[in-house]
Amino acid sequence: MTTTLWSWTTSLLQVVIVGVGSLILIGFMAKVKARAEGRVGSPVTQPLRDVRKLLRKERLHAHHSSLVLPFAPMIITATAVVAVWISPLVGTHPVMVSGADIFVIVYLLLTGSVAAALAGLDAATAFGGMGSSRAMTIGALAEPALLVGVIALAIQSGSSNLAVIVASTLHNSDHAFGPVHLFALGALVIVVIAETGRIPVDNPATHLELTMVHEAMILEYAGPELALVTLGEAMRLGLLFSLVANLFFPWGVATSSSAAALALGVAALVAKLLVLALVVALIEVRSAKLRLFRLPELLAGAFALSVLAIVMGLVTR
Amino acid sequence: MNAAYVAALQVGAGVVLFCAVMTLWRRGVRTIVSLLGVQGLALGAVALVLGLHERNAALLASGGLVVILKGVVIPGVLLRASRLDPLSRETRPLVNVPASLVAAAVLIVLSYVSSARLTSLAPSVATRLVPLGVATILVGYFMLVTRRRAVSKIVGLILVDNGIALVAYLLTSGVPFVVEMGSSIDVLLVVVVLQFLLLSMRRHSDVDALTERRELHD
Repeated sequence: MTTTLWSWTTSLLQVVIVGVGSLILIGFMAKVKARAEGRVGSPVTQPLRDVRKLLRKERLHAHHSSLVLPFAPMIITATAVVAVWISPLVGTHPVMVSGADIFVIVYLLLTGSVAAALAGLDAATAFGGMGSSRAMTIGALAEPALLVGVIALAIQSGSSNLAVIVASTLHNSDHAFGPVHLFALGALVIVVIAETGRIPVDNPATHLELTMVHEAMILEYAGPELALVTLGEAMRLGLLFSLVANLFFPWGVATSSSAAALALGVAALVAKLLVLALVVALIEVRSAKLRLFRLPELLAGAFALSVLAIVMGLVTR
Repeated sequence: MNAAYVAALQVGAGVVLFCAVMTLWRRGVRTIVSLLGVQGLALGAVALVLGLHERNAALLASGGLVVILKGVVIPGVLLRASRLDPLSRETRPLVNVPASLVAAAVLIVLSYVSSARLTSLAPSVATRLVPLGVATILVGYFMLVTRRRAVSKIVGLILVDNGIALVAYLLTSGVPFVVEMGSSIDVLLVVVVLQFLLLSMRRHSDVDALTERRELHD
């Protein structure tokens, strides 16, 4: 078969795995948390069922809301799908992989965040604006750390293309275990927790008006549009988790175009995602949500770790 | 075998410096002490990996000693000392946390620049990691000068010691076993003495932030 066909298969597999898998991943994390707290918890497939239920409901819009409200969920989901489509998750050769530059991916995700923030402002409710303001503050602190952390890896492999970084880490175990990767991993784990709104930063299970960040932004959504927002946000989580998994633990990624390599790539991705989700869920169980005013220190720490990674990358080059 | 040796050595030395930087970042005294324990374990792992690679029984024994002393005993003693007020935090360090992290970045650059000559004398997998040890020493000194809590100061002291031990292991495959054992026990002794000092200070008055004690000022 031609390589074009293989890259299309890779991309399709990635979108299917991240699209369906990330909803199950969220269910899995909720299950781990419930078990660790001594509860039985809802089944792992609960988020999937929720989305299916929401899809059957009728579309409802708040009074005075503009076109932003129905369009934002599409933008959130579409940017996530494009980012997953071109990123090296299952194999290093998805369609348009030459576009999978770290800046492209980060700004695709950022476009989604901006759409979500605008949607929060659109219905002009107090909570929505508050949520948007908080989410933008956290985003402004987290995005630089994310970018700088991946640039540290890019310095080592000599390219800001994600597929090249993954392949170079795969072939050069000297880099894979070096201090640069260790510091960048520390930074990126914190950033991913902040970007996906997990516990030390935001509590996805709360609707308490004083503490909610992301839930406040999507308070005005109902029915199919809420389903789309949920799917898009879940895909962002899946993408960020798989990027961390593949940038730092690239073993198993399909580098050649054969059915066996692709099958191994899928299995490796699923296994890495499950381990990462387990770790994040256990962090969530052990820690309490930080006060909003303490967040800058947490994210400044992540940024400092990325800067340290860059410094070491530059000095040892 | 060789690839695994390189990887293990790199991860071990990396974790030692990573824990040192994290102690600057976190404020809870208990967190800092557990980070110190992780660092002790990583340091012991470096010695064990080097010992296995060079088939050096003394190095293996010293690695085992480090794991027990610096990974378990010393953090245990410090945790007991900090259990008296479990919520104690490094509330107002002399240099605030973000500035400390920037300082850590400068110290790391400094250590890479200053130990470049050492590394170039005998370039090998182990000697290329020497800057990590030097950086740990510098971060330890920084912690010693800028933190107010007595426990944080003891942690800073042990960071310096761990850094020196890491440099010794990486450069010369460790000092003779007797010296290593002597210095490890010495550190334990210092920690115990400081713990007694800490306890008597707290019995005297309940402030253990050293700079806030008027009696110590000249």
